[in-house]
Amino acid sequence: MNKKSKAYRIFSLVLVIILALLFTFPLYWIITGSFKTGKEINSTTPVWWPSEWTLKNYQKLMSKFKAPLFEIAIPFSQYFSEDGTPAIGLTGPTVPAAVRWLLNTVWMAVASMLLTCLTAAMAGYSLAKKRFVGRNLIFTLIVCAMALPKQVILIPLIREMSSLKLYNTLSAVVYPIVGWPFGVFLMKQFSEGIPTEMVEACRIDGASEWRTFTDVMFPMIKPGVGALAIFTFISSWNDYFMQLIMLSSNRNLTISLGIANMQAENQTDFGLIMAGAAFAAVPIIIVFVIFQKYFTKGITMGAVKG
Amino acid sequence: MRKSSGLTQNLRRQETIAGYLFLLPSLVFFLTFVVYPMFMCIYTSFFDSNMGKDAVDTFIGLGNYKELFQDKVFLGALRNTVLIVVVAVPTVCAFSLWVASAITDMKPWLTSAFRVIFYLPVVTGSVAVTVVWKWMYNNYYGIFNYLLKGMGVIDKNINWLGDARYALWCIIIILFTTSVGQPIVLYVSALGNVDTSLVEAAEVDGATQMQVFWKIKWAQIMPTTLYILVITTINSFQCFALIQLLTSGGPNHSTDTVMYYIYYTAFKLYRYGYGNAMGVVLMIIIALLSAVQFKLGQAQD
Repeated sequence: MNKKSKAYRIFSLVLVIILALLFTFPLYWIITGSFKTGKEINSTTPVWWPSEWTLKNYQKLMSKFKAPLFEIAIPFSQYFSEDGTPAIGLTGPTVPAAVRWLLNTVWMAVASMLLTCLTAAMAGYSLAKKRFVGRNLIFTLIVCAMALPKQVILIPLIREMSSLKLYNTLSAVVYPIVGWPFGVFLMKQFSEGIPTEMVEACRIDGASEWRTFTDVMFPMIKPGVGALAIFTFISSWNDYFMQLIMLSSNRNLTISLGIANMQAENQTDFGLIMAGAAFAAVPIIIVFVIFQKYFTKGITMGAVKG
Repeated sequence: MRKSSGLTQNLRRQETIAGYLFLLPSLVFFLTFVVYPMFMCIYTSFFDSNMGKDAVDTFIGLGNYKELFQDKVFLGALRNTVLIVVVAVPTVCAFSLWVASAITDMKPWLTSAFRVIFYLPVVTGSVAVTVVWKWMYNNYYGIFNYLLKGMGVIDKNINWLGDARYALWCIIIILFTTSVGQPIVLYVSALGNVDTSLVEAAEVDGATQMQVFWKIKWAQIMPTTLYILVITTINSFQCFALIQLLTSGGPNHSTDTVMYYIYYTAFKLYRYGYGNAMGVVLMIIIALLSAVQFKLGQAQD
């Protein structure tokens, strides 16, 4: 039996519970705040539980700005127009801007996730299982880049994105996330754990390189890919700095950015701001709670030999 | 004989081609959107350059760097950043180690429930977290003034974020709540991997709980501690969103961090080269810290 004294156990349990309550409080305050009436929000005595639940704040959030649900640009058209803006081929119905922002964020996070997982899994396989000249050099470069602060590249990136005519598009947010080498590093570590014999046996049986990857390697590194996927999804969703710098026009914003702008314009309308915050936070929290096992794995795997 | 060596050579060539082809998609993104901008960050830091469309860059050598170390605002930002790091890193580490060791012996569902709760502020996202704290810190409607007045700690409302004496500490508190999530997850898993036979042997020999912790567990979780020190340091160095959303560096630059000042220089003053020079300094500081960690890690092994 564990020898920890009972008194200490109870003490630490109580303390952890109190701390946990304090940590959940901001979220509680966001959600209850978003349903409070203006009077309760602006009362100098805090209202701990709304006496009447109102949807006014959400109605305001939904009616404040409008935007088309989606705009599908003609690919590469930005390279042929005068001012570098793409020609819009298909425009969706007009909806509240917050919905558009949410859709933008989902699109951005899903695209980052899929591209990162695919490219990183392939690169990780190559670095772990293939022997070729330059492999060590590339891997060293990857490890060095990982140790540097991600945010210092953002200022040069903005110029690069303007000259590639990608500024103020979601691609400008997605590509640097895909390029960030953490995923490759993680996948390499993971692929190294797969026995080389399996790969070689498959090659000897006459499978092509690509088949070997998709049919033998990929199924075995799936848990690692899952962890990387959820990790990329959540971190790109919350990568506020990148979004702030790369996106400017109201309809291209992500939900975090939209709420931040709204906050700057309506400093003291806390009800509206809390409704926006809840709208931004709740979807990602749900995703996190559902996939938290993978997520935890992703975090710990990255640290194994950081 | 010759035939087989030709075969191996052929195989080797094939392996090289395949290796590069698998690497290619990732490498394109990595080189274009990470390595190239990093290089440009260093390159432009030697130029007087702005963000305009037809801007002409003039080479000024180390001019930006010279100016940097005479720039009072930059030095203030550097001091604030160091203060944040010095305060946040040890408290985050100690706190998360304590929480992790308290929750790791509980039933599995409880452990993971607590892990989720302490991770929530990270997942909620900096914007949502910051706006609610801004409300809580508010001069008139915030709960902090209400509670502290109720407890008799203060007798007048304090404008927490508008007062240079408190603003940075308010930011550190929020940073703390959003920083402990990942270390707790890491510590829980590291404590779970501690060799139980060693612990049991020590307990049989009559070691106290404290001794078991410091003599056995502490040594085994050392690599995790180092890793946590580094990631927390890097994260604290990059503290940006909180500053931009809460105080915009104010009042009177008292809450500037290096990262915020870089943003301010590049996007408010449009001094692109100068901002990049600061970025380079930040890169060097962080690279040095990472190197120290790497050396420490090697000494451990």
